[in-house]
Amino acid sequence: MEDQLTKEFICQPENLVYERTHLLTENALSYCPGCGHGTAHRLLMEVIEEMGLQENTIGVAPVGCSVLAYDFMNIDMQQAAHGRAPAVATGIKRLFPNKTVFTYQGDGDLAAIGTGETIHACNRGENITVIFVNNGIYGMTGGQMAPTTLPGMKTATSPFGRDTKSMGYPLKITELVAQLGGTYYVTRQSVHTPANVRKAKKAIEKAISYQKLDKGLCFVEIVSNCNSGWKMTPLDSNVWMEENMFPFYPLGDIKVPK
Amino acid sequence: MKDIRLMKGNEAIAEGVIRAGCDGYFGYPITPQSEVLEYLMMNKPEERTGMIVLQAESEIASIHMVYGGAGCGKRVMTSSSSPGISLMQEGISFLAGTELPCLLLNVVRGGPGLGTIQPSQSDYFQAVKGGGHGDYKMIVLAPASVQEMYDFAKLGFELAFKHRIQVMVLSDGAIGQMMEKVELDEQVPRLTDEEIAIKYPWATLGKPTTRERNIITSLDLDPVKQEKINIHLQEKFRHIEQTEVRFESFMCEDAEYLFVAYGSSARVCQKAIQLGRAKGIKVGLLRPITLFPYPTQEIARLSKQVKGILSVEMSAGQMVEDVRLAANGAVPVEHYGRLGGIIPAPDEVLNVLEEKFIAKNNHGRSAN
Repeated sequence: MEDQLTKEFICQPENLVYERTHLLTENALSYCPGCGHGTAHRLLMEVIEEMGLQENTIGVAPVGCSVLAYDFMNIDMQQAAHGRAPAVATGIKRLFPNKTVFTYQGDGDLAAIGTGETIHACNRGENITVIFVNNGIYGMTGGQMAPTTLPGMKTATSPFGRDTKSMGYPLKITELVAQLGGTYYVTRQSVHTPANVRKAKKAIEKAISYQKLDKGLCFVEIVSNCNSGWKMTPLDSNVWMEENMFPFYPLGDIKVPK
Repeated sequence: MKDIRLMKGNEAIAEGVIRAGCDGYFGYPITPQSEVLEYLMMNKPEERTGMIVLQAESEIASIHMVYGGAGCGKRVMTSSSSPGISLMQEGISFLAGTELPCLLLNVVRGGPGLGTIQPSQSDYFQAVKGGGHGDYKMIVLAPASVQEMYDFAKLGFELAFKHRIQVMVLSDGAIGQMMEKVELDEQVPRLTDEEIAIKYPWATLGKPTTRERNIITSLDLDPVKQEKINIHLQEKFRHIEQTEVRFESFMCEDAEYLFVAYGSSARVCQKAIQLGRAKGIKVGLLRPITLFPYPTQEIARLSKQVKGILSVEMSAGQMVEDVRLAANGAVPVEHYGRLGGIIPAPDEVLNVLEEKFIAKNNHGRSAN
């Protein structure tokens, strides 16, 4: 019996129930253990692979924690300047309407420095998919306040908590872009539980499918934890996210096709 | 039969890019170059060649749309005027860092700030010395006529793809707005996607199983690798300096004095030469056509022939620094420029030449 518990015995093709998508490279992820980016990367690449689009897809990486997304996604990619990914994606998609084009951006990139590019790509109805990972903080630069930082939340640049009177309010950019005529499908998901992972994957599938049908811009927000930036354990950060982020950023579809 | 038309400079370059097989234009309106976007919208290049034209929400978005398209190996461009080009510097630096070919047009107006909408040449430093961050150069072409606005569209794309570099056409409000006759040439067909994949194996077109993924990025956090990238860029710029210098000489053979001027200023100097020659002053013109690479050797050669060089620019004295570097002390080099959108008159320029060099040389001679 003990012989049968070896790796070689278990790893038989007939026992295969799951394997990592081939569209993720062998490079070790640069994300902190416990961060949601890795799962979001995997879901996006799984969808591209399952839809058979790997030879037809061009991704645009942002500036932020996912600046090196092209090290992990085994597809053709361009790295955009901070906040400009929707403009870069517009350039690609307008010249190659038949390619699948996505941006993968964080909240500082998409909702602060790139607000203009985000809103106008959405408003023009660029036929691209935007994956927006919102963890309410600038992770890569060391945990500074983001446009999506919650009121009272402590960060490196709001060390006494975000004071809305002087620092403004968290920006619900996903609700904002849902108002624009050019967006077709706008949704908010998370990847912190298996059930949420499945829902998030379905949302990404829908978004990419609509792109193939030329429907306009599809916008998938993934509310995620930043255990390092929030200075919590991964598990605590997920609880904190449920208790604090979700009430302000409720999960679910915000704009669905009529 | 020749296809000759009367066109504005801005219209000529717009027609030029269509005929040069441009794939995409992304731009934002600004005086004095809005006719580029207007002409393209009016002339429906999508129906003529399949070329895409998009009005972006800002110059920042425009240049990053160019980045996206250029990263796919497409012939893409944007145009603007000085304040808009300032906004684009971020994207131009990223294009430099990723070695993406593209065509940029700056129809210069006077600054700083909003300045004026009148012609100026005060963006020389920005264009030639690198306006964005990092060590980089662009090829800079300086048209002096509407015909050259047209011609430099095709030449610009050729140079951009030959060297994987950004090419800026540094024009000014006068060349952009004035009308002259232009001889048009045949339509260059746009490349097919299959041709792009073969000619530009670095382009992001979607990763086939037959090759590794293509990545367009300027990021490398390893300083040893980043230095290598920079050394490679510098070697490319040195190669361009060796191979792509372009200039025009006008009445230099017997010249005792020399104007150095580009663009609109060069036209003013041509007239000043006629006036000067009528008075017996042997003056010629060296007109740089490429501002980078600069015709340093030719100016060095002429500096051994002439008694004085006057650099004429519509700026407070930018190009004159490169003229002085080229002359390297062999001959006095002076600058004359008008600012704020004023174009100097030919007699004004000639008077300055006489005051700075000839009157000085003749000082104390009883005959004068």
